[in-house]
Amino acid sequence: MSRVLPAEGDLRRVIGDGAGVLDGEVPGLTPDDLIALYRDLVLLRTYDERSVVYHRQGRIGTYAIFWNHEAMQAGSVFALEDRDWIFPAYRESAIGLLRGIPVSTVLSWWRGHPAGWWNPAEFNVASICVPIATQIPHAVGFAWGSALKGEDRVALVLFGDGATSEGAFHEGLTFAGVMKAPVVLFCNNNQWAISTPLSQQTAAPTLADKAIGYGIPSVRVDGADVLAVYEATRDAVLRARAGDGPTFVEAVTYRAAPHATADDPSIYVDPERVEEARENECVGRYERYLLRTGVLTQELAEEIRQETLELMRAGIAAAEAEPPADPSLVFEHAYGNPPPSQAGDLAELRRILGDG
Amino acid sequence: MAELLLVEAVNDALHVEMQRDESVLVMGEDVGRLGGVFRATAGLQERFGAERCIDTPLAEAGILGTAVGLCMAGWRPVVEMQYDAFSYPSLDQLINHVGRYRWRTRGKMSFPLTIRMPYGGGVRAPELHDDSPETYYVHTPGVKVAIPATPADAKGLLAAAIRDPDPVVVLEPKLHYRTAKAEVPDGEHVVRLGESRVVREGSDLTLVAYGAMVHVALRAADALAEEASCEVLDLRSLKPLDEDGLLASVAKTGRAVVVQEAPRVCGFAAEVSAVLAEKAIFDLRGPVIRVTGYDVPYPYWQIEDAYMPSVERVVDAARRVLAA
Repeated sequence: MSRVLPAEGDLRRVIGDGAGVLDGEVPGLTPDDLIALYRDLVLLRTYDERSVVYHRQGRIGTYAIFWNHEAMQAGSVFALEDRDWIFPAYRESAIGLLRGIPVSTVLSWWRGHPAGWWNPAEFNVASICVPIATQIPHAVGFAWGSALKGEDRVALVLFGDGATSEGAFHEGLTFAGVMKAPVVLFCNNNQWAISTPLSQQTAAPTLADKAIGYGIPSVRVDGADVLAVYEATRDAVLRARAGDGPTFVEAVTYRAAPHATADDPSIYVDPERVEEARENECVGRYERYLLRTGVLTQELAEEIRQETLELMRAGIAAAEAEPPADPSLVFEHAYGNPPPSQAGDLAELRRILGDG
Repeated sequence: MAELLLVEAVNDALHVEMQRDESVLVMGEDVGRLGGVFRATAGLQERFGAERCIDTPLAEAGILGTAVGLCMAGWRPVVEMQYDAFSYPSLDQLINHVGRYRWRTRGKMSFPLTIRMPYGGGVRAPELHDDSPETYYVHTPGVKVAIPATPADAKGLLAAAIRDPDPVVVLEPKLHYRTAKAEVPDGEHVVRLGESRVVREGSDLTLVAYGAMVHVALRAADALAEEASCEVLDLRSLKPLDEDGLLASVAKTGRAVVVQEAPRVCGFAAEVSAVLAEKAIFDLRGPVIRVTGYDVPYPYWQIEDAYMPSVERVVDAARRVLAA
């Protein structure tokens, strides 16, 4: 039967510190790949920072900040093929930008406008999942179902440390193990579930240890090291494609920003840890690596930053230019074949709104 | 036409629909090797293989959650929940995802899954093998609900559920899985969702029921035969609800008693009563009375008959309406 799988204890790292800790490298990545990955990181960073500003300006609603999670998102997605699917939680709301979902679409989601809801099958990105951990069984079912159909598609599902306490995590991983689903279970462990620290989330020594109970191998990486994240995910994707089933990736970082725009972390976080995380934040760390290895120049970095800022400017303008949503959309799409009562409800609403 | 038990009709529907559509798969606890604890899925694994009739881990939320993902991968899953009350852990997935995901994709993706389960009491079983959970399902937007009373409807409604583009919950009255054989059409047989059935015609009073309670209503109509002419209306499908059929019957009889096995508060009988109050008030010659289970946990089985709506309680309610 299944063997006991020790979880890797130490965090995998590739990027050094430019001093005592030497830089490693990931075989197979060309300079163009490295720049493409940098562009992804900067796009996500710019999206996140501008979104906080837009929120303060009242242009988007409550927003779940993902500052310093960019390496986990961009690094893991970079290990996929376009045919592979991504199952995001709300912390990964903008991960679809890496698949070509327009900036305006994701901003519209945070504006509560119907234009923010996309067709998952168009981008191979599932809908943003709000209830914690419940997207894990979806990814497992999708991966398992794809394998049953003989299709070579891997699913990547992202969730936080708090999610590992939910029943859906447990049941999802149970199925993943038993069905040998080609899925990468990617945990962004930022040590906080709003105000609840990891020590109050679990007594397990590491989250990766949890995977042992489901017969799933696991690996721990530095979540602020985009190359380590990429490499670990790539290994997991290769296992999945080879028919060897799921892998659990625990990416460890520290939440250096509020949970969301409505949160005040000064009540509960350790300011020294936040300061340390901000100094080692993932985009700057990768940028310094690329500069010192000569792959990136300051000029190109600035050009990429300006490009992404322009994308954001155009994105918010497009989102704000969306015509007001038609109230009849309240009824549309709930059913493929709606109950007859819906037609009466819609007619009544139109009459009261004075447009029918 | 074959003479089948209700559970055999369910089994027949699964065979026919799996044969007809290669994307249909059956999954659940003990559905494969064993063929289901009630034998509803017997023979499917032999016929269609272990990849289309799947024994799952004992994890209802995982079953329904992975079924959502299977839909996204192009499958049309038919999920068995082993018993009514065992389905509660899966309500998280049902409410948060099954009923919403189509809407979330703005109609671009379908989630044509079917959830079927035995429901209801009267079978002398331990706790949590006796519930009537239809209200939780009917109340969930995006989800449809059908409840057959006869073998032919058990086959036809399940086939309709499997073919429907939306998620459908089919509750099968386990008390009647093996009570009586009845004629069931061979091959493909579909009973459209949203069409009620007049089981017995009458002119003085409509007894509205569904599932196992249809049989109680019929016996009550017999008991009342010398006092009043009772119509028995089997709703068959709670969502979509056949309002036209309901209103037509009550327009004719002017009186209604609604029978349900589930507890009273916010049960489906309350919805039927509300529809009659909104749309049939001027046809009514007396109050609409509900006969339901009580608002208590389903009792110890030695006294479960005191909880179940009985012929006597339905007759008593009918007499009160007729005397009003």
